[in-house]
Amino acid sequence: MAQDQKDDDRLRVDGLRLAFGERVIQRDLGFSVRNGSIFAVMGGSGCGKSTVLKAMVGLLRPAAGTVLVDDEDYWSADDARRSEIGRRFGVLFQNGALWSSMTVAENVALPLQMFTSLDAASIDTLVRLKLSLVGMGAAGQRMPSELSGGMRKRAGLARALALDPGILFFDEPSAGLDPITSKRLDDLILELRDGLGATVVIVSHELPSLFTICDDGVFLDAETRTAIAHGSPRDLRDHCDHPTVRAFMARERPGSTDQKEKA
Amino acid sequence: MTAAAPPLPAAWRLERRGPEAELRLTGDWIARETGLRDAAAVRQVLAEADGAARLRFDASGLGRWDSAFVAFLRALREAVAAPGTQRLELDEAGLPDAARRLLTLAAESGAAAAGTTPPRTGFLTLVGNRAIAAWAEVVAVAALIGETLLRGGAALGGRARMRATDVWQLIREAGPGALAIVAIVNGLVGGILAFVGAVQLRRFGAEIYVADLVGIAMVREMAAVMTAIVMAGRTGGAYAAHIATMQGNEEIDALQALGIPTNDYLVLPRVLALVLMMPLLYLYACAIGLFGGLVVGMATLDLTATAYLVETQQAIAGKQFLFGLVKSITFGALVALAGCHIGLKAGRSAADVGRAATSAVVAGIIGVIALDAIFAVCADALKF
Repeated sequence: MAQDQKDDDRLRVDGLRLAFGERVIQRDLGFSVRNGSIFAVMGGSGCGKSTVLKAMVGLLRPAAGTVLVDDEDYWSADDARRSEIGRRFGVLFQNGALWSSMTVAENVALPLQMFTSLDAASIDTLVRLKLSLVGMGAAGQRMPSELSGGMRKRAGLARALALDPGILFFDEPSAGLDPITSKRLDDLILELRDGLGATVVIVSHELPSLFTICDDGVFLDAETRTAIAHGSPRDLRDHCDHPTVRAFMARERPGSTDQKEKA
Repeated sequence: MTAAAPPLPAAWRLERRGPEAELRLTGDWIARETGLRDAAAVRQVLAEADGAARLRFDASGLGRWDSAFVAFLRALREAVAAPGTQRLELDEAGLPDAARRLLTLAAESGAAAAGTTPPRTGFLTLVGNRAIAAWAEVVAVAALIGETLLRGGAALGGRARMRATDVWQLIREAGPGALAIVAIVNGLVGGILAFVGAVQLRRFGAEIYVADLVGIAMVREMAAVMTAIVMAGRTGGAYAAHIATMQGNEEIDALQALGIPTNDYLVLPRVLALVLMMPLLYLYACAIGLFGGLVVGMATLDLTATAYLVETQQAIAGKQFLFGLVKSITFGALVALAGCHIGLKAGRSAADVGRAATSAVVAGIIGVIALDAIFAVCADALKF
């Protein structure tokens, strides 16, 4: 965690090919995520960002290629080993994906109850700590259906943090949030990264938050179905020559020739 | 984390230097591996530091750490800040930077959880609340039935806001979709009736009256009741689960926001589908039940098919069928209304969907049997 400041790759994706039956979503995908970095998987809607995330967190077996977690091949490991590796992951789903029939506190407690041998009092202490880390200290006894979208996301984040994961995955963290809440979530992600020393992978197309927090990334293209640019969102905005990337970063329609500078 | 060495137990030692105390933290503080230091440890630290004005930290010997460490520090902070303890200043400069950040983050928002246990209610309050809720339920059901009747009239005139495709889809699911299970259940019931009757009637040499027994029992009672129970389990539960899931997905809110009346759009087609299909299923169930009786009667007694059928024909009059048809229509309306009503008032969680399906089936079955009893009493009074 905070002490593992090795400067190597936490996660490496090689020659990844994702397909639903005949339909190829992405192919020849390769990138690596440095330890302690905040890595962005960018691209327009429908380019397969979330599918790539699913392959990384173990929800979708890739058609080809490898996903290396701490230099260990995730998909070629057997089921038991894979779930063991998976416990290093914390995943925040797009709408929080809280279990609707449990209170927020029970949601956070479940992974601890399932995967640790801690007693109830210790679990309670940890649950309260995680909830206050995301600013939800007072909402532990509420049901997910009583929460606003932003609170649901923060509760989902607290659950993702339950097992002190080394790698955090975020699927569209700021989608559907107002700018202030979204900014707060960005700050929270930065604070947690620094505090926990975790590596963060974010799937998003929200430009402002990408520019603020990410220090590396990959840009996926829907047409060629592969990565067309690597680098931090800021770098891509300032230096990338690929027309699709430029259009995306400048919020223009691809192919429009006027070179108006935005942001 | 792939730990190369086995974890060192998390430990602490307090050293006093005059007014200052220094807390040396060592070992690995990993929740999953070395557990949590609980409130007792915090109390012990404070007891040992008793009298000191400042508590400094030395984390130079600290191994790996995670939330367990932060939780310990937080508990220490809270204990020091609690009213009624001696004044002790925490000098956190010696802590790892990351841990300090997390502590700040947790403190910013870490307002203590508000009272979590609901206030206790007395017995009278409980009874009163239940009674009020039960009455509200009666009113709601009456309103639903009334509205459905009114809108049903409008629907017959083509003035209700529902789509013909929905009605067709629901009719297909409730009618043809149920043929197999209705046939199995009623065929077996007819056969069982014939078998039980045959054993008894043979002793009196009255074998032929098995046909009367099966005919009257199926047409007056069993076909309608068994079909309604099957439909309560099959279709009533499905209606409740479907509508409760829509509730959870805010689909019903979307309908209301658009100004589409949920009664017209959701309840009416379902009630209509079951009210139309139940009588047909009832007639089908009668036929299958009589056939089941015929097969068993021919197999266990020396009856010919012709004799059996002629006897059946004499036993059951047209008004028996009328009685059964009226019942099956009522049962259909009851099952559909129960399913829709329970679905509409369901909560929004996944467990609520399951609960709604269960109570729709239970309410449907109990309602059908209770209604059947009322029908029996009425029929007796009317000499029907």
